[in-house]
Amino acid sequence: MTQPAERLDTAQHMNLLHDTAFIEDLRKQMLKFAILQVRHEQLAEDAVQEAMISAFTHIDRFQRQAALKTWVFAILKNKIIDLLRKEKRYSNASELEQGQNKNGDELIEALFEASGHWQKHERPKKWDTPDHGVETADFWKIFDACLNALPVKYSRLFMMREFLELATDEICDNEEVTVSNLNTTLYRARLRLRECLEDNWFHGEKTT
Amino acid sequence: MIKCKQATQLLSETLDRPLSKKEAFALKVHTAMCPACRQFGKQMHTLRELTQDYMD
Repeated sequence: MTQPAERLDTAQHMNLLHDTAFIEDLRKQMLKFAILQVRHEQLAEDAVQEAMISAFTHIDRFQRQAALKTWVFAILKNKIIDLLRKEKRYSNASELEQGQNKNGDELIEALFEASGHWQKHERPKKWDTPDHGVETADFWKIFDACLNALPVKYSRLFMMREFLELATDEICDNEEVTVSNLNTTLYRARLRLRECLEDNWFHGEKTT
Repeated sequence: MIKCKQATQLLSETLDRPLSKKEAFALKVHTAMCPACRQFGKQMHTLRELTQDYMD
């Protein structure tokens, strides 16, 4: 029986890093994450390769306080931050609202009346459950497109929270944002992602 | 008393931080009478699960 990765010792972790299937699965997830962060396939591939080589080289530093995958992703995250700074593409507050769709304020105005209540046609309706068609290739294509349509800063903070599961203070330190700013950005990212999925999948017939 | 706009922000923030007692109570009162915001709260949790599943 295969042991969970976090229960293995350093030698076994080294073996895991030689496991082609494990590495390929990890690489796919890392690449997906990196592309969302840097929006450039070649730069993303470079960051993933550097992170994997770094993990392989420094496996003896792995403390086993987290799963191997979490540790490797932490390396990738730092590589991406370095890369973005080097490329001078590191976003600032003015980039928060970049994106193809409505900015945060416009979306909120579209969803809610001035009184603070939902616009009648925007009220959330029940989403189909995963057992009824959500877990299909078509759905993931839509989800992928919706994530990529988020402004860079939104998707980076969103993925740090939802995929890397970093704590608020870690994200704020790394990204140099306040707690309030982070919470607002995550709220807007979720609103936009939700709206995109509503329009393109769950209630595609909506005409707004 | 809070409106839907503020309730949705609090529903999002429940994923990121513990709400204060006052916030939690206001949200509980609001969602008890607002089916749209109850649905929104469920969707926030679904988004989190979908993101994990999503992870070329």
